[in-house]
Amino acid sequence: MGVEAYVAVSAALFALGIVCIVARRNILYVLMGIEMILNAANINFVAFNRFNGDGLDGRMFAIFVIIMAAAEAAVALAIVLNVFHLFQSIKPSEVDLLRE
Amino acid sequence: MDKSARIFYGLLAVAAIASLGAGLKAAGGLGVAFAFFSVLVLGGGLVCIWERSVVRSAFSLMATFGGTAGLFVLCGADFLGMAQILIYVGGILALLLFGVMLSPPDLGERKLPRVLGGLVAVGIAIGWVALKVANTIDPTGVAWAVDPNLAQPRSHVTEIGLGFVHPEQYLIAFELAAFFLTVALVAAVYIARRRRVDLEPEGSA
Amino acid sequence: MEPLTQLDYKLLLAVPLIPLLGYVVNIFFGRKLPRQGDWLLTGGMFAVMCITVYMFFKFVGAGGFHESVAEGGPAYGWLYSLGHGKADGLNVVAGILYDPLGAAMLAAVGVVSFFIHLFSMGYMQGDRRYHIFFANISLFTFAMLGLVLADSILFLFIFWELMGLMSYLLIGHFSHDPDSPRITQAAAASKKAFLTTRVGDTCLLFGMAIFYWKFQTFQLSELWALSAEEVARNGGEYPAWMTVGGLFIFGGTVGKSAQFPLHIWLPDAMEGPTPVSAMIHAATMVAAGVFLLGRCFPMMSPTVLAVATTVGAFTALFAATIGCTVNDIKGVLAYSTISQLGFMVAAIGTGGLGLVAGLFHMVTHAFFKACLFLCAGSVIHACHHEQDMQKMGGLRKKLPITFAAMLICTLAIAGAPLFAGFYSKDRILQSAIQSWATGFGGASAFAVIALTLAAALTSFYMFRLIFLTFFGEPRDHHVHEHAHESPWPMTTALIALALGGVFAGKVWLRDFDLLGHHTWFTDMVSADTLYPGVQLANQLTIDAHTSHLAHSWALGISLTVAFLGFSLALWIYGLRRLDPARITARLGEVYAAVARKYYVDELVNATVVRGTSALSRGLTWIDARLVDGVVNLTGSFNRGLGFFSAGFDNRVVDGLVNWVAYTTQAFGAVARLFQTGRIQQYVSFAVAGGLLLAAGLILF
Repeated sequence: MGVEAYVAVSAALFALGIVCIVARRNILYVLMGIEMILNAANINFVAFNRFNGDGLDGRMFAIFVIIMAAAEAAVALAIVLNVFHLFQSIKPSEVDLLRE
Repeated sequence: MDKSARIFYGLLAVAAIASLGAGLKAAGGLGVAFAFFSVLVLGGGLVCIWERSVVRSAFSLMATFGGTAGLFVLCGADFLGMAQILIYVGGILALLLFGVMLSPPDLGERKLPRVLGGLVAVGIAIGWVALKVANTIDPTGVAWAVDPNLAQPRSHVTEIGLGFVHPEQYLIAFELAAFFLTVALVAAVYIARRRRVDLEPEGSA
Repeated sequence: MEPLTQLDYKLLLAVPLIPLLGYVVNIFFGRKLPRQGDWLLTGGMFAVMCITVYMFFKFVGAGGFHESVAEGGPAYGWLYSLGHGKADGLNVVAGILYDPLGAAMLAAVGVVSFFIHLFSMGYMQGDRRYHIFFANISLFTFAMLGLVLADSILFLFIFWELMGLMSYLLIGHFSHDPDSPRITQAAAASKKAFLTTRVGDTCLLFGMAIFYWKFQTFQLSELWALSAEEVARNGGEYPAWMTVGGLFIFGGTVGKSAQFPLHIWLPDAMEGPTPVSAMIHAATMVAAGVFLLGRCFPMMSPTVLAVATTVGAFTALFAATIGCTVNDIKGVLAYSTISQLGFMVAAIGTGGLGLVAGLFHMVTHAFFKACLFLCAGSVIHACHHEQDMQKMGGLRKKLPITFAAMLICTLAIAGAPLFAGFYSKDRILQSAIQSWATGFGGASAFAVIALTLAAALTSFYMFRLIFLTFFGEPRDHHVHEHAHESPWPMTTALIALALGGVFAGKVWLRDFDLLGHHTWFTDMVSADTLYPGVQLANQLTIDAHTSHLAHSWALGISLTVAFLGFSLALWIYGLRRLDPARITARLGEVYAAVARKYYVDELVNATVVRGTSALSRGLTWIDARLVDGVVNLTGSFNRGLGFFSAGFDNRVVDGLVNWVAYTTQAFGAVARLFQTGRIQQYVSFAVAGGLLLAAGLILF
């Protein structure tokens, strides 16, 4: 099999995640894209861990990434709810208070 | 289904079957399994991007997460796969769906050319990078090829458990991560709390 | 030859220092002293007179002497430069030169000065600046005594200059008195005197410089010796530069001794008080020029001497003609002084005997001219400051002592035998004839004629003065009424100086030598005693026969012309046989020209004075326009430069700064475009950037 296949999948999923973030006019898609990207990273870690000898590092890192993703998703959704409340809109392009 | 959706899903099905076949050819059973899970992962992602409805996009992520878990198991990280399903599908996806429910309706406005264009561009770019990376790395240094002496993938629950509690391994990281998670959840609850203004009937908001 | 003892040296040193001390005391404390200090200064001058006369008689008795203290005795070093030696740098030693000429002159100055101090005690009574007057004449005496004693030409020059200053102050004495009626004339006269003598002083300075440049010394004895060597080295001929130097030195004499053309100051100097005139124009200052000639004689080439003869003879005649037309009693005496100085200068110019004769005449002239001036002062004092002779007359009985003194001195100046002037004047004429006979320059012929005529005129105008003032009917009764004899200080001085007028030439009580073959001066002073050891190359040797012949001729001529002058004066002014007014009418224009002093003053005014004013105006214009213009131009240029600087600063420097700010702003404006606030765009940028980075890393 080889690690290239897993890396290829990971790369493809990463690309999909980027597109998901950028190409839709909905904040929730941004969150979904972020999850896809994190998953891609996880696949990468675990794949390399499998094919590079004995060790726990890759899988451990992947566990921590999952933990972080969960925390991040919770906080992100809380923020999204506040944003909905404030701007009455789900379009990220309307949340541009930080524009210069 | 409308026409574009039919085309899309049709293509997706064709690609799935093709890849399954390729996997079988390349590496036998392992290859089929790998191909199947990859299709899930990538298919879920594609559907997520494609679908107009937010709910459908969210649900397609379930496939993605499931596929990822399968890939984990293929690599011998069964506990990781279980954790993936539990946390992602059971937690994060639910959270996402709650968010979808609490958000104003959105008719899934999507600009097709933009999406396609984006796909193509990003796909090409990343593919190119990946190829380049693959070409530049010296094959003799890193064991890209499967080491014939590579051990079979086996369950690693004990390893992971021991790793968590061993002071020289990941005990501290584990504790910190747990602490962090607690803080983050509390913070999320706090951020998302109801404001007093919300409890009153909305005037001319 | 006896050397000077320490005591003698100290006495000689005291001689000029006593009047100096008197000056200092009177200047600072004069007003507070009783009688404003005149007795102090006069007493000091009495001491000076005693010392000088004592020293004189001591050395006359020793039978010839010469001692220059600079080498043999104690001397004071002055102005040693870093060279420490004759070879390098200026090495000036101040010493005393006391030789026969110096001794005689010192005694003469001492005596005359003392009696003038005495006279001033009477004459200047009631003057506002009485004590300053005494201080000034004391300082003046100090300067003259210092000049006589100086043994280097540098110190001679220093005292010379000091005398010039004092003459300015003394002639202008009344210009500081606001009540004086002639305040402006006094100021103008003192300025004229100073400036005119200045011309001479500058010439003397040039002459001194030339001789210093060649001989590297200021000491007179060295100058004589070196001059003689130079001449000998040049084959008996004087080199051209020595003639030039000598001419410059003679220029100093021309200025100080009022020779033509620098005589113009002397008649105007009569604005000063009469004692000042007596001091300056008889005994001392004007004699200094002649004294200088005497001291510098070995350095004068025959050319210079010929020039001296010509100038002196011309001046003598010139001044004598003018003196006949003057009505101011002091004016006549002023022109008489110029004329007599011309005699002296011409005499020295003829060399040999003439040198001695001229110097002799200088000494005798001191006595009788001072006396004449003081008599004039007495007359003026008696007539209540009336100076015009045409208003006088018949004062013989009112002022007997004055008349007697004046008559004696007039006889002396006219050259009557047994009186002082006869001996010296006779010799002058003899010397002129001698040099004419031996062909020593064509100037001598002119000298003989001119001097003879001048002698005749001298006799004439002096007796004219006597007749106009003391004889005849008083022309102004008011003046005549109040005329009275002068107080005792004045008359004592007159008597004393009149005695000098008799016996200064020859004390004939001892040795009655009518024709004056031997006089104390000629026995004491000669070329050998004056310049010991120096071979003089500027005179001729005269054999005894020529000398005797010349002496006879001179005797005859001088007596004849003296008598002629006297008779003419008697005829016109005494016996009134001829009317002077008709004579002047007959002479017409000639008389007018002479009476206007040949328009010399007008000429000087038109040329020198106007020229100098024009020059100064021109220079002022240059200064105001050019110099200030340049300065202003620099200012304007700086201002223009300032504008450019400011412009540069504004445009370029500020522009640079502004451009930097503008560029930053522009960049900011561009960069701002990326800050849309839209997170999706941010993500796209991040991905694009990351891909670019990866591509960069991969490719390079």
